[in-house]
Amino acid sequence: MILEGKKAIWNDYQKEIADDKLYYVRSCVRQNFFPGAETTFLRIMREVLGKDVFEHPCHTSCSGIGYHSDLLPLETTMTVVARQFSLMNESGYKNLVPSCITSFGLYTEIMDTWHHFPETLEKTRKQLKEATGRTFEIPENVSHASDVFYKFRKEIAAKSQFKLINKHTGKPLKVVEHIGCHYAKMFPSKGVGGAEYPHVLVGMVEDWGGEIVDYPERRHCCGFGFRQYLVSANRGYSVTSSRKKFESMQPYQPDMIITNCPGCPMFLDKWQYTLSEMEGKVYGKDGRGIPVFTFEEVAGLMLGFDPWDIGLQVHQVGCEAILDKIGIPYDPAKKYDGPDGKKLSKPMAATFNL
Amino acid sequence: MANKKIVIVGGGIAGLEAAASLSERGHSITIVESKATLGGNVSNWHKLFPTLRDSSEVIDYLTKRIDNPKISTLINTKVENIKKNNGSFTVEANGMALDADAVLIATGYDLFDSRRKEEFGYGIYDNVINSADLEKRFKAEKPITSANGSELKRVAFIHCVGSRDEKAGNHYCSKVCCVTGVKQAIELRQRLPRTEIICFYIDLRMFGAGFEELYREAQEKWGIQFVRGRLSEAAENMDGSLQIKAEDTLSGRPLKMRTDMIVLLAGMEPSCGTTSLGKNVGLKQRMGTFLQPQDEHLLSNKSSIDGLFVAGTCTGPMTINETITDARSAVVMIDEYLKK
Repeated sequence: MILEGKKAIWNDYQKEIADDKLYYVRSCVRQNFFPGAETTFLRIMREVLGKDVFEHPCHTSCSGIGYHSDLLPLETTMTVVARQFSLMNESGYKNLVPSCITSFGLYTEIMDTWHHFPETLEKTRKQLKEATGRTFEIPENVSHASDVFYKFRKEIAAKSQFKLINKHTGKPLKVVEHIGCHYAKMFPSKGVGGAEYPHVLVGMVEDWGGEIVDYPERRHCCGFGFRQYLVSANRGYSVTSSRKKFESMQPYQPDMIITNCPGCPMFLDKWQYTLSEMEGKVYGKDGRGIPVFTFEEVAGLMLGFDPWDIGLQVHQVGCEAILDKIGIPYDPAKKYDGPDGKKLSKPMAATFNL
Repeated sequence: MANKKIVIVGGGIAGLEAAASLSERGHSITIVESKATLGGNVSNWHKLFPTLRDSSEVIDYLTKRIDNPKISTLINTKVENIKKNNGSFTVEANGMALDADAVLIATGYDLFDSRRKEEFGYGIYDNVINSADLEKRFKAEKPITSANGSELKRVAFIHCVGSRDEKAGNHYCSKVCCVTGVKQAIELRQRLPRTEIICFYIDLRMFGAGFEELYREAQEKWGIQFVRGRLSEAAENMDGSLQIKAEDTLSGRPLKMRTDMIVLLAGMEPSCGTTSLGKNVGLKQRMGTFLQPQDEHLLSNKSSIDGLFVAGTCTGPMTINETITDARSAVVMIDEYLKK
């Protein structure tokens, strides 16, 4: 591997990332499966970095899942997106920060369509006006939440209590990074580092002390693929895709996986359980799975947040082994304590304790 | 015999051939070459298709012909602009102003920068090389191995890299890559008889004399395999070998394969000189920034400016034979123009 070659590509794909006065829009999937990731993003941005990040209570789904599943026509999706922009306009913000990779891809795709086909923009304006009475302006900057952390990765490192280093050996942890397909595969210039060798998570991992694992199936889909999963008869494709990645990365013995997409941590995490039950196979060390994290969760851990406050108890693959490896303290007894004092339900035991 | 001044921009094979032929007609020639040596891209090649003759034979023949008092050569000299005043030309190069009665542009092509096909990993994966790199290895006469010195058990040649490619922005065919791939596969097989060699192609355009025969020889005598399918991506395995993915479009199946090296058959693009000169002088362009002849069929060596001529691959991809023939054709047109 010639690192200089990668660096040249990284230099070619740099983008403008807004650094303050951000309008944050949440993800449908992440709010349900990794809710701690988004609250951790907001906590870091506001409390650690001191930035102005606004959320609008009337924000809805971008409808990207429906669009990519062929359930919604593009015109409808454009009008929904236009309404989101209208909400941002009335809030006085110009910098859009989607939490979801598919939303980011969708906003990018629609803005590009409007740019190249101005008549579609005018049609959307008309439709939004007729449906809601609203008008809208296009954001000045659209950056994915991982772009924002990429921009602040060194500031986060400077404030961190921990590093991605094995405290027993002093060596960097081996980290697999997985980028959501809709981040840059449609518009390489919109992703930090482009589509083939994205730097957005690599930059975070390396500045936080870890070492990136580049493995043959790095570019392959996590297994979500929308219709692969949403159509239940297709789910074999979904599991197969994830399995292909695990088989490819396993020889490198990664310590963890970091992701920037709603679906990727979901499928890379949950399908490890499925595969262990189906095939009796696990892909991590010592008979366990490979822990999967969102970039916000990893940032939160580095900054010393309590693992249970950032939602790591809802992961299928347990995080305790990697916490021990880094030296992050946690109270096992509090794993299933909810934030409001209520006890979260405890999962049933699986065949393999991932 | 007339003694007119002609500036030839470009010291590749088209420029050299034109210079020699024009000097034989009594004209004074100045060859202006931006690089340090003459011979252009051909001088980087080891052997030539379809005969596998040494490229130095062609270069030696051409350079001997310009060893002539009527021909002067300026190397490391870049032409910035060409201006026409009252029927004659001023060629601006490295702060000099060269007077000319006619100018021939023979600025040729550059090899497609394989790094632009990012998914193939050229410049990133140790065992991804391009056709020019392989020629250098042939020329070096050293054992050809993988980057870590191990034996090459399998090598894949990838056709149409940067040609006929929407993503690369080049819709045209570079003409010579198909047969170059066949030639290189044979040369490699001759050196490494135990190495499995597979060519991935869109279709094989064996249009020239002896090309189809070479293609048959590659299969029948040398056992080269040909798979009709375009590579989608390459990735590096733990041991430095490569995992490649393609579709075998004849069997209709996706294909994933381990290989020790891949050779990218990079296509032709207008050279930097062709591009900048075309723009600065205001010449009509085609297929990106190749230069557009005045008439495709009848005036293929005339540019859109009277007295300014074009020859060789600055107008589009050509073989060596075609380039030499095109240069000779330009000589006839220039001579006729200067007699008026």
